[in-house]
Amino acid sequence: MSTAIDPNAIGAPLPGGAPASAAGSRLSARVRGVRPAVALSVLFLALIVIAAIVPSLLTKGDPLGVNLAHSLQSPSLEFPFGTDQSGRSVYTRVIYGARESVLIGLGATAVGLGLAALLGVAAGLGGKVVDGGINRLLEVLFSFPGLLLALFLVAVFGSGVSTQIIAVGIASAPGYARMIRGQVLQVKGADYVIASKALGHPPSRTLFKNILPNAFRPLVVLATLGVGQSIVWASALSFLGLGVAPPAPEWGAMLDAGKDYIQTAWWLTLFPGAAIVAFTLAASCLGRYLQRRIEGETY
Amino acid sequence: MSSATPSITHGGALEAPPRRRLPWQTAVKRVLGAIVVLWAAATLCFVLQELSPGDPAIAILGGSGARPTEQQLEQTNERYGLNDPVLERYGRFISNLATGDLGTSYQYKQPVTTLISEQVGPTLVLIFVSTALAWVIAVPLTLLTAGRGRARSSFGSGLEAFFAGVPPYWLGLVLLVVFAFELGWFPVTGGTSPDALLLPALTLALPLAGFLGQVTRDEFDRGLKQPFAISARTRGASENEVRRRHVLRHAMLPGITLTGWAIGATISGAVLVEIIYARPGLGQVLVNAVSNQDLPVVVGVTMLVALIYVVVNLLVDLLYVIVDPRLRTAGRAA
Amino acid sequence: MSPPRIHEAPLLRVENLSVGFGPRDKVNEVVRGVSFSVQSGRCLAIVGESGSGKTVTARTLVGLTGERSHVAADRLELNGISLLGLSNRRWRTVRGAEIGFVLQDALVSLDPLRKVGKEIAEPLRIHGWGDRSKREEKVIELLREVGVPEPEMRARQLPHELSGGLRQRALIASAIAMDPGLLVADEPTTALDVTVQAQILALLQKTKERGRGLILISHDLAVVSRLADEVAVMRLGEIVEQGPVEQILRAPQHPYTKALLDAVPAAHSKGTRLAPLVEGAYIPAGDPQVPTVIDTRSPIITAEDLVKTFRGPDGVSRAAVDHVSLEIRPGETLGIVGESGSGKTTTARIVLALLDPDSGNVTLRGKPWTTLKEKDRRQRRRRVSVVYQDPLSSFDPRWTVRRIVDDAIAEEDYKGKEQRLGRVKELLGHVGIGAELLDRRPLQLSGGQRQRVAIARALAPEPELIVCDEPVSALDVSIQAQVLDLLADLQSELKIAYLFISHDLGVIYHVSDRVLVMKDGRVVESGSADEVFKAPQAEYTQKLLAALPRLDRTETERKAVPA
Repeated sequence: MSTAIDPNAIGAPLPGGAPASAAGSRLSARVRGVRPAVALSVLFLALIVIAAIVPSLLTKGDPLGVNLAHSLQSPSLEFPFGTDQSGRSVYTRVIYGARESVLIGLGATAVGLGLAALLGVAAGLGGKVVDGGINRLLEVLFSFPGLLLALFLVAVFGSGVSTQIIAVGIASAPGYARMIRGQVLQVKGADYVIASKALGHPPSRTLFKNILPNAFRPLVVLATLGVGQSIVWASALSFLGLGVAPPAPEWGAMLDAGKDYIQTAWWLTLFPGAAIVAFTLAASCLGRYLQRRIEGETY
Repeated sequence: MSSATPSITHGGALEAPPRRRLPWQTAVKRVLGAIVVLWAAATLCFVLQELSPGDPAIAILGGSGARPTEQQLEQTNERYGLNDPVLERYGRFISNLATGDLGTSYQYKQPVTTLISEQVGPTLVLIFVSTALAWVIAVPLTLLTAGRGRARSSFGSGLEAFFAGVPPYWLGLVLLVVFAFELGWFPVTGGTSPDALLLPALTLALPLAGFLGQVTRDEFDRGLKQPFAISARTRGASENEVRRRHVLRHAMLPGITLTGWAIGATISGAVLVEIIYARPGLGQVLVNAVSNQDLPVVVGVTMLVALIYVVVNLLVDLLYVIVDPRLRTAGRAA
Repeated sequence: MSPPRIHEAPLLRVENLSVGFGPRDKVNEVVRGVSFSVQSGRCLAIVGESGSGKTVTARTLVGLTGERSHVAADRLELNGISLLGLSNRRWRTVRGAEIGFVLQDALVSLDPLRKVGKEIAEPLRIHGWGDRSKREEKVIELLREVGVPEPEMRARQLPHELSGGLRQRALIASAIAMDPGLLVADEPTTALDVTVQAQILALLQKTKERGRGLILISHDLAVVSRLADEVAVMRLGEIVEQGPVEQILRAPQHPYTKALLDAVPAAHSKGTRLAPLVEGAYIPAGDPQVPTVIDTRSPIITAEDLVKTFRGPDGVSRAAVDHVSLEIRPGETLGIVGESGSGKTTTARIVLALLDPDSGNVTLRGKPWTTLKEKDRRQRRRRVSVVYQDPLSSFDPRWTVRRIVDDAIAEEDYKGKEQRLGRVKELLGHVGIGAELLDRRPLQLSGGQRQRVAIARALAPEPELIVCDEPVSALDVSIQAQVLDLLADLQSELKIAYLFISHDLGVIYHVSDRVLVMKDGRVVESGSADEVFKAPQAEYTQKLLAALPRLDRTETERKAVPA
């Protein structure tokens, strides 16, 4: 069109000057390099989802059936992850445990993010007073770091799955709330929000069409990272004996039961633990990839 | 091509000459703020305690299994002042806290302060050693691997990502199995000797190092490309000099701000680690109290932790101003 | 002014330089066949727009093109010694000691966490010059040499504690600390006010007169004209023309050079097209040569005695806008020019009713504007539209071009998807954007395209007045020319008034009918563009104009050091 002398940027990157660093946009280099890991993560997560929904697809055993004859056998072809003290296949229990752990993780994340979204948006959009008040509240909640708040809530309301979910959810909320608040504030002050006002749009329109959609964009990333984190905390509670009641095959609880046999039957703790670790890694890998994708779109 | 001109949407306010802010004004403000937070935390504890569905008198008398009689319940209520109106109990609660009286344990019938002070030492040692160890691991790892070519930096960041995501209790179990059981290098159950400190500290330090490393590395990578780094190179500085003398300081800033939060996270991790390594400390006390719903102890430990957290954050805030001198003179809020 | 030392052999010789990036089998050439030379005591300016390869060329001279780069040349010699294929270690002896480099914007080019004195002493320390106390003395001496008052105090301060001009001087001091024979300055005066810019140019002039060779990289021909002896014009990685500065400015040969010179808005360009018309581009109905008839009877905007004070971070209240009054008439362009902190932006925000004044008021077509409540004001907002300095941040990052423009179209006038889409296409057509860009996101457009979309959006509500806030400051000269032409065309066709804010005197002169000059919140001068620029009354305006580098002056006028 009318672009007589419009030199579009020639593909070369402006040299950063550092002789040893990779030239080329850091973003694309990272995304390229991470691809195989991301694909692996997605695959693994998909597997877990299948395990959660249709565990019988992946294993034929019974997670609860006691068979003392097979007690404490090391991993073999018949029992790929070995058996526990009641003779149950650890592999089967890990598969069935996926449902427990994932549901608890999802539930806790939903609680946490929901609460955080409410607080964060209220703080970001409300006036100075509301923001100040919520900020103070968050500061206070922050002084009960991580697990502590969850433990406190369990002490108050007793152990069990529902408390576990709510406790972990509430404990993770302050961190997310702060992030959401920051995001809302950033979006609120953005040029396009001011431009919308200058065009004569009513604030409600700006709120729903510009502010909220942009403020909630990173939520996808937060949710992905959050589920991994929630599972870790929830299983920590189970590990301490404060969560799911036995003999439910939740990963954390399995770790708790297995730690007494740690010298003789290492497989009791290795595999459930590995499942937790693998899930967390996969979730955070995927989460970071999504984050880079989103950043790439907005910058 | 001016990029610094204020436009309708940002700025338009004037550039005021920077003025040195008197250090004690900030310090006093921060300290007051910290006190307010502690007070609010205490209030929150009290509120949560009130919300507890159980009857504290029953818990004191040994739980519902002990079948206390009506009379016993009445006596207990009187003794512990459980029948007094809410505001009176709240007032007593706060004033007790202020004087250091954390109440009496339901389970052990002993002052909570005594219970805690007996066990707090090893935990504090563990927390601070772990945090220091985390920095000692993270900084050299970043220095050595950040911005030094694809292979090295991927290795470094991969390592960090792994450890940052690993649950401390699993890591603890693995380390225990490998180093204590299999290799026999370290004692299996804890005492408080330095030998027994290393594995638990490492268990806490590695995930923290992973996290700190990630943050520092990101900042380091960015710093290497900044104009001031380029200026240094044009003066003839070697890459090492640029990294050590210029970029490192910038890269550590976010890590320092996060140390406050990091110590908090370490505290919760410490609870788990102490259980795994059978190490004496607050962890055992806390978990015990939680499962027995011994609320005074839980509140006591929580308030102590809150105190530690708030104090550490205060120190970090003040330290940050020393490290980033831009904050000393600029009037802006960080 | 002593005559420059002229050596027989040139200080720097570059012949057939090429620089490429990327893997060995797929090298992307960014600089191709570039040859030039620099003598001691002379200045070569390399001029070009973004993507021209001028910065890469500059970095090649200090070996900082990065590890993935491929540098090849027939000759690349400094003082007869070849710089090709030098090891890193050898390069480190050259950098700082034989070649000094000055980057733009000292706020980020000096380490913000280190004292200024330490930064200046760094090259001395690296090259093993003297001991610590001698270096400290040398730093003070250098600061004095570059004209920084109170050097002892300044050396102990951090970069952000110095003003923009002092910072840049300190940066230059660090580059000449080891007395290198060649100094390369990459856009050293961008981000500086006009008066400060003139001082920095004078400082560079001084270093040149001391016998140093100077290479000046810039996009601004006017800045370059003040300092340069020779000029090389680069485009897309090649030098399209080079020669003595007089020849380049007065009698350019290459069409690109000619177009670049034509594109610079200034006094002599007023009323003319800055950029050539391109085939297939939208041809406007109006003719910018014919002056618009201004209706003085019913102004669109009247601002009376506006005052707005802000409380600075140190608690002192300052007036950002100090009793400012203005009037904007239909179809005219009112330009407000001033340096940073002059209050021009704040004034514009008040006129747009995005900010409430402390006292004074603004009326729109005679009716209250700033005194209204927002909900009463809302429906009249369509009369006044805005084009922002940074279009990218003024667009919702998730939206496509179509949505951005559609969002601005008034609901009542265009109903139904068909009608609206037609109107969107029509608006985009007005600004020269084709329908193929409808579904692109802002990130996928070039700077010029984005600003055009921004203008289309500003046109959508069919306003009477468009406030243009530094709309071309971030654009290359040639793109800037196109956008300014576009704005002129639209004005003559649609009879829209403009409130044009800029720090660039040339641009303001070119576009405005009337001009307000602001300083520290006050209007120090007002009048028609010709009056203000040809016969300035206020001292400040005179100072600004004297400091302004201009292309149409004679050589002696250009090179005169300002007071």
